[in-house]
Amino acid sequence: MSDTAFHRRQAEMLPSRPAPAGQTGAVGWMRANLFSSPFNILLTLISLFLLWSIIPPAFDWAFFDAEFVGTSRDDCVGGAGACWAWIDQRIDQFVYGFYPAESRWRVNLAVLLLIPALAWVLIEKAPGARYGRWFALFYPVIATLLLVGGLGLEEVTTDKFGGFMLNLVAGLAGIVLSLPIGILLALGRRSKLPVVRVVSVTFIEVIRGVPLITLLFVAIVILNLFLPQNVSLDQLARVMIMVTLFASAYIAEVIRGGLQAIPAGQYEAAQAMGLGYWKMMRLIILPQALKISIPGIVNTFIGLFKDTTLVIIIGLFDILGQARLLQTNPEWIGEVDHETYVLASVFFFVICFSMSRYSIGLEKRLDTSGR
Amino acid sequence: MSDSIISISGLNKWFGEFHVLRDINLDVASQERIVICGPSGSGKSTLIRCINRLEEHQEGSIIVDGTELSHDIKDIDSIRREVGMVFQQFNLFPHLTVLENCTLAPIWVRKLPREEAETQAMGYLERVRIPDQANKYPGQLSGGQQQRVAIARSLCMHPKIMLFDEPTSALDPEMIKEVLEVMVDLAQSGMTMLVVTHEMGFASQVADRVIFMDDGQIVEENIPSEFFENPRSDRTKLFLGQILSH
Ligand SMILES: Nc1ncnc2c1ncn2[C@@H]1O[C@H](COP(=O)(O)OP(=O)(O)OP(=O)(O)O)[C@@H](O)[C@H]1O
Ligand SMILES: [Mg+2]
Repeated sequence: MSDTAFHRRQAEMLPSRPAPAGQTGAVGWMRANLFSSPFNILLTLISLFLLWSIIPPAFDWAFFDAEFVGTSRDDCVGGAGACWAWIDQRIDQFVYGFYPAESRWRVNLAVLLLIPALAWVLIEKAPGARYGRWFALFYPVIATLLLVGGLGLEEVTTDKFGGFMLNLVAGLAGIVLSLPIGILLALGRRSKLPVVRVVSVTFIEVIRGVPLITLLFVAIVILNLFLPQNVSLDQLARVMIMVTLFASAYIAEVIRGGLQAIPAGQYEAAQAMGLGYWKMMRLIILPQALKISIPGIVNTFIGLFKDTTLVIIIGLFDILGQARLLQTNPEWIGEVDHETYVLASVFFFVICFSMSRYSIGLEKRLDTSGR
Repeated sequence: MSDSIISISGLNKWFGEFHVLRDINLDVASQERIVICGPSGSGKSTLIRCINRLEEHQEGSIIVDGTELSHDIKDIDSIRREVGMVFQQFNLFPHLTVLENCTLAPIWVRKLPREEAETQAMGYLERVRIPDQANKYPGQLSGGQQQRVAIARSLCMHPKIMLFDEPTSALDPEMIKEVLEVMVDLAQSGMTMLVVTHEMGFASQVADRVIFMDDGQIVEENIPSEFFENPRSDRTKLFLGQILSH
């Protein structure tokens, strides 16, 4: 056996040599994972072919053949690659929309303050978390004040909101509000009180059973028929409310699934020690149910975030709207059709991918099962 | 008996059409230790779960520590504060550490300051001989250790009465002993205990009374020595024959 031979020779103080190729290291890994069977070899070859035919041309298009400088479409016409020359002039529009240039610092500040607010909520052991959580709680008020104005800040009406900032505002508000509403709906659906149960079930089923875009049209057009003449509800607020309600119905169902996975013994143990309903839910049941539901919740959040592009139907220009605007701009027409969408996708991807990674980390952190 | 801490009279309970408890009368004196046994499905669990209202009864009265169980949530909660319960499946809270399991109810129900609750919890964890596991999660403990934590968790509420529903029947033989030792210890400290178990050694060692249930009724009750040596009803004899033949 090679093992014993190795041992015997070691006594002669041979220098150590690398493990045989094909068992460990890159070659070994490849042999085990990429070329272990004829079928696997076939899959590997097909994948390699696909990668080869996609990646180099994509890089050529996006970087090597691309045009980065210029002031109008004329600088890009005829080029084989992408046209990025517009970015330095237009990036502000993609980020801020038509938010007044002299007030854009307010958006920046709001985003800057969002970072510690999020950190205090999302990172368990962040220093100063005790006061930080209060700050996070008031952040929505601060942010609204900064973005909309008031208290001496000049008012900026929401029809000036646009670009990625609009997606962020609508998405974050939806995420923050839809979770608690979803939790209440999920609890309501399992309530012993028939009225609560019927209301929750009806709400969830109606909202889930209708396309979001229909709900948005309802919010914009039909709501006016019922609202008194002198009441005007901000268009953006309407969209945000509908997107939030839509997401809460889905979150409620995701959490209901989590609740069903909690054994009856957990309820009984909590009740037996004298915990009332709300304390039992808050301290025992929901922490466990929410943990199980994380993948589904984040899935819904990601969907909600991407649905914010539907603000286009109230005539607002989010980042996707800005892309379309530029595509039809005479200065750039015909040269930026793909490029603008690529940029918008990158913005969305960064946020959605971060959410996904965070949720995976959170699941690991909350995993208390034995090792 | 007027000095009884639990007084059950004329108790009847149905699950739908199924008459699960029939005319149960039972008085338990303070510091008394009662073992309840009987074949599977005889209603043992249901009976002790009625005492802290995990099950609702339809007829008869249950008075615990001077309070009659009714639909009044306040009464139920005040009784649950005084009655600890240990389950067959432990039912520890898996998302909390052992220590947090033990401090949760004292902090949120008894409103104890956290430090005080923790000192007290460590005291009880020492009493069940696992203080070194305080910061682990239940999933990292053996079954026997988990059940001892569950006992400590109940004791942290300073209950006047402890209910045990087959506390050792989900355990491997070598772990049964460590849990029974803790329970014997507790019995000797003067706790009022109602224990559903088939551990007849435990029954003869610590029980003041053994109750035999079948078909939702109390068929026989007696002091352990009489119960084991001179069972009166045929059903008891049959049951004991089956249990002791193992
Ligand atoms: N929630 C319920 N709904 C309907 N029937 C039930 C319910 N809980 C228990 N039962 C029935 O009531 C009877 C008594 O159950 P119980 O759990 O009290 O028996 P037990 O004496 O504890 O039995 P075991 O030794 O198996 O634990 C059983 O026939 C059981 O099937
Ligand atoms: Mg039982």
